[in-house]
Amino acid sequence: MFFIIALLGVSGYFAGLRKSLIIREKNTLHSTPIYHGVLLAVNSSLASILTLVVWLIIEKNIFYELKFFREYLYFLTFIVFSFTATLTYNKIKHEFKARDNLEKIIKLFLLSCSSLAILVTIGIFLSVIFESQKFFNTIPIIDFLFGTHWSPQMPIREDQVGSSGAFGAVPLFTGTFLIAFIAMCIAGPIGLMSAIYLSEYATKNVRNFIKPLTEILAGIPTVVYGFFAVIVVAPFIRNTGEQLGISIASESALAAGLVMGIMIIPFVSSISDDVINAVPRNLKDGSLGIGATKSETIIKVIIPAALPGIIGGLLLAVSRAIGETMIVVMAAGMSANLTANPFEAVTTVTVQIVILLVGDQEFDSPKTLAAFALGLVLFFITLILNYIALHIVRKYREQYE
Amino acid sequence: MYNENLITEENIEMINENFIEDEQLKIDISETVGDIHVEDPRIIAKNVNVFYGEKIAINNVSIDIGKNEVLAMIGPSGCGKSTFLRCLNRMNDTIESCKVQGEIYLDNKNILEKKTDVVPLRARVGMVFQKPNPFPKSIYDNVAYGPKIHGLAKNKTELDEIVFNSLERAGLLAEVKDRLNSPGTSLSGGQQQRLCIARTIAVSPEVILMDEPCSALDPIATAKVEQLIYELKENFTIVIVTHAMQQAARVSQRTAYFHLGNLVEVGATEKIFTTPQHKLTESYITGRFG
Repeated sequence: MFFIIALLGVSGYFAGLRKSLIIREKNTLHSTPIYHGVLLAVNSSLASILTLVVWLIIEKNIFYELKFFREYLYFLTFIVFSFTATLTYNKIKHEFKARDNLEKIIKLFLLSCSSLAILVTIGIFLSVIFESQKFFNTIPIIDFLFGTHWSPQMPIREDQVGSSGAFGAVPLFTGTFLIAFIAMCIAGPIGLMSAIYLSEYATKNVRNFIKPLTEILAGIPTVVYGFFAVIVVAPFIRNTGEQLGISIASESALAAGLVMGIMIIPFVSSISDDVINAVPRNLKDGSLGIGATKSETIIKVIIPAALPGIIGGLLLAVSRAIGETMIVVMAAGMSANLTANPFEAVTTVTVQIVILLVGDQEFDSPKTLAAFALGLVLFFITLILNYIALHIVRKYREQYE
Repeated sequence: MYNENLITEENIEMINENFIEDEQLKIDISETVGDIHVEDPRIIAKNVNVFYGEKIAINNVSIDIGKNEVLAMIGPSGCGKSTFLRCLNRMNDTIESCKVQGEIYLDNKNILEKKTDVVPLRARVGMVFQKPNPFPKSIYDNVAYGPKIHGLAKNKTELDEIVFNSLERAGLLAEVKDRLNSPGTSLSGGQQQRLCIARTIAVSPEVILMDEPCSALDPIATAKVEQLIYELKENFTIVIVTHAMQQAARVSQRTAYFHLGNLVEVGATEKIFTTPQHKLTESYITGRFG
């Protein structure tokens, strides 16, 4: 069907081109012939595609019987095409502003592309809100937000033993923040310092060698990081702990946090690198020019100047760490402990969402609906973090432009 | 953008164009006209060559800079005057592709030697840049920055004294003494530039290099900075790069004219502006090109 429309469109293009060429023989044209051709093709193809889509939507949702008239659909599309094509064709005159019309269509098309992201965000938001609404009908929102006990079970029968169910999300969020905190302790300093080295100290060759290598880190799938955490890091931490006489669970917040930190190093370092490079060179020269050393210049002038940008970058990294799932699923465990001890197993919001929704589930029990409520809160947290971070970064940019 | 005085492609193009012009004129610019020596020199540059990669930016320049004099360096864009200025406190070290050859003596020590420690050198030879570049700190901390890193003050009182003294000498104290803690960037352009001068003199240098210090300022601010330069020459040796010839005439005792990386003519400012000996100098001063 689309192929046919495309063919029709191409023929429309040549028709429009021909007519405008003929007009140009005798008269001046407002737009070049190509614009007339393209406008005719685009106009009529769009109209017929629109017809198709509208038909199908009506058929699916409103008027099911339309299905039996499918053969007329092709006919209708063709009619719409010829109608718009003739309409546009007749419009082609020497003063017809084909160029401006085409410009408008392009603008509309681009607008719809950019509004897609917004629409999808709103859609996701609404669907999560509706599902969460159902959850909060059974479990009070206060219990959910401030309860300290998490065991998402619901009795299937009334007389079932030992599964009363508790939906206090606090342990999940403390676990999430604990892991994100450990990750930032690793990624913040290391990422920042590698950015300083790359932007201020490294020679061109070293920079060209190291930068792609750190960017490879960003390309590793998170599942692979998860393997690494489980197979290498967690046992290593446990063994080290044993030797020091500390008991460490085989799944620990520390292992997950460490590996997550490694994962976001390139993220932090590339943002900091950009920000440091954006510090005007004359500031640096000013400091060097009165006899400051390189490191004095960096600590006292460049870092303070770049600080807002760096903080913004770190916040973006935090929101990535909070949303990260795979590493934590594999390395941090699933027990919802309310603890600040990095050697214990903890669980995070994202992990619980995965657990709640994996397998055969009915989508009306509080157990599965809890996942949406968790998702909603998580969504809010990262949204706020991102907003603040972007705001800071933008402010910082304005300052130097 | 980086420093605008670097040799950019555009400048190189301009240089090439000028070369053609020079060939037509058949004028020799490899020999410096005028008197490069002074009686009591603080800086002696001998046969200085500067390269950016393969390109030569300064060609065999020799010049003395006297104590307590203001030397103005003039010339068309891309002629190498800023590059030469930046050699005097080794600021060219910060540019990777830049190579400097020759000898520059500051009080009988060759500062171009590898073993020269640039940190005390730059404290002795301070620099003021084209665009005012106060640090993102308070006015006080901007001036205190240099004394702090060089350990010039033993305690807060001494530091205060240095800061107030420097601001006073830069003619800024009266305007900012009520708001020493507000950010340096909150000042006007002219005040910012004087703040940068205060910052430079706070480390008590012997020589101050100024790279077009007034090109980003309005006429009133320019007049203030020029007045300041005139007063500062009592205590410092000043080398100033400028595009404005009136400025060179107003503030300097000696003027050096650069063209295509060559030092064409140097002499007393009055002489250069009234009776230039070299044809190119004359053309430039009378505004035939530049």
